[in-house]
Amino acid sequence: MGKTATDWVLFVVLLVGALLMSGPFVWMIATSFKPAADVFQFPPTLFTADPQVENYLRIFTTIPFGRAMANSLVVSVLVTLLQLITCSMAAYAFACLRFRGREVLFLIYLAALMVPSQVTLIPNFILIKTLGWIDTYQGLILPYAFSSFGTFLLRQYLKSIPAELLEAARIDGASHAQIYLTIVLPLAKPALGALAIFTFVAQWNNFLWPLITTTKPDMQVAIVALATLQGQYNTDWPLLMTGSVIAIVPVLLVFVFGNRAFIAGLTTGAFGGR
Amino acid sequence: MARSRLRLTKVARAEERAAWLFLAPSLVLFAIFTAIPVISAFFISFTQWNLFNEVTWVGIGNYLALAKDEIFAKVLGNTAYFVLISVPVQIALALACALVLNRGIKGQTFFRVIYFLPVVTSTIAAALVWAWLFNSNFGLINAALSLVGVTDLPKWMGSTRWAMPAIIIVSIWQNLGYAMVLFLAGLQNIGKDVHDAAALDGATGWDRFWHITLPLLSPTTFFVLVISIIGSFQVFELVLVMTKAGPANATNTLVYYIYQNGFQFYQMGYASAAAMVLFLIVLAFTLVQYKLQRRWVHYG
Repeated sequence: MGKTATDWVLFVVLLVGALLMSGPFVWMIATSFKPAADVFQFPPTLFTADPQVENYLRIFTTIPFGRAMANSLVVSVLVTLLQLITCSMAAYAFACLRFRGREVLFLIYLAALMVPSQVTLIPNFILIKTLGWIDTYQGLILPYAFSSFGTFLLRQYLKSIPAELLEAARIDGASHAQIYLTIVLPLAKPALGALAIFTFVAQWNNFLWPLITTTKPDMQVAIVALATLQGQYNTDWPLLMTGSVIAIVPVLLVFVFGNRAFIAGLTTGAFGGR
Repeated sequence: MARSRLRLTKVARAEERAAWLFLAPSLVLFAIFTAIPVISAFFISFTQWNLFNEVTWVGIGNYLALAKDEIFAKVLGNTAYFVLISVPVQIALALACALVLNRGIKGQTFFRVIYFLPVVTSTIAAALVWAWLFNSNFGLINAALSLVGVTDLPKWMGSTRWAMPAIIIVSIWQNLGYAMVLFLAGLQNIGKDVHDAAALDGATGWDRFWHITLPLLSPTTFFVLVISIIGSFQVFELVLVMTKAGPANATNTLVYYIYQNGFQFYQMGYASAAAMVLFLIVLAFTLVQYKLQRRWVHYG
């Protein structure tokens, strides 16, 4: 078989694969427009004869889903901003400054990446509960204000900045704060972009922590509201699918616009380490 | 001479002070939300506590109870089943996709994006639509199966036999794209000239795959393997939405069991002990893989 013939066969295989990968999304969107009774037809049909656009209004009146989307946005944006600040500051110290204990501390930060998040879940829950931070934004945000992963990603990138450049600035009398703000951060823009997109997506989809630290519907994030909706309306598939579509749109938008940066962030862990 | 050394140490000391100032925010947050909790979790696992009563020290009592807990044994078995099937299948499929999408086939950027979409999708939302697809009475999957002549339709999430395979399928669907992207990045690190040289020497496609691509890709494969195993041990959201650990605990997994004990039964000590077991398993797997990597991972 020649190269072009093989490529045609593979193209068809890929097309079938793409159908399987995107099928659930198509089904989700199609179901979101169905009338409640339509879903109990067998065999099911993809398109309904009677599309219900009002499903997209019903979800906002059935539960405070608008508020939940706003909560998700506030939490995800603030977590992202905080991580950009704390991780880049730590990364600057690790990559550009000399101090005693640097290697040990960096190893400790790295070791933390190996600890499954469920290990710290219970002590953190007890802490937040003791502080009276259940159903608060600080309870949702602060535990995620720093990440070892982000520090690692940015440090790998900052290491590539030539030392002479920073040395020259120092000789010119620039302070560390000035060097960090005017030289390092602008140079690190691609890495910061990757971290921002990665953190936003991860935080938007974060589930277990907001599930256990919120009790009021008004403080739920979108993904938790969606899971709660399943408990209350477990046969109202059009409503559940409507909620799912709305909850994944912001992340898909961020991904489509930041595709390259996102993948750069994901692959850094694999190739920046050596 | 003496003066310049004094100046140097002064500069070095200023640099050291600056470093700790830059580290301060991360140190505080790391101590409060990671370091101290890890240590506390260890201690909590030796206590009995329901958040309301007094804390009682029970020594290794929780661990002894776990060892005798029949559900926990089942949970470990289920988790092993999930990891042992989903990780190899996912890695093999991801590698196949990456190899095909690295040939310059038309539309490959489009395919890469489509295959990656499930990775960025919320697991809860994904689990919801799949729960609907797997619905044994009205779901699309059984409709398709009956169309091709299957008469004994699986009950999927309602059956002890098919519930876990359903969860495994969704997990592979969701995580395939992540491993694929890592493999693609790894493949692009392998120079084209290596393949050209081998082709000149008369190596066939399969020879090149087994003797060049696979060994050169082994650092990536190693990383994907470690990440996938750690991730699969933590399967939770799919279980919560699709089966709630049922039927009859057939899909109860380690993290779901931790969640159940900690946040439904409020047994903080018992849940922490289970979390420690998870930690030890993940740690052991990672260390063993680091030990074994010398045998099969080739760093160029």
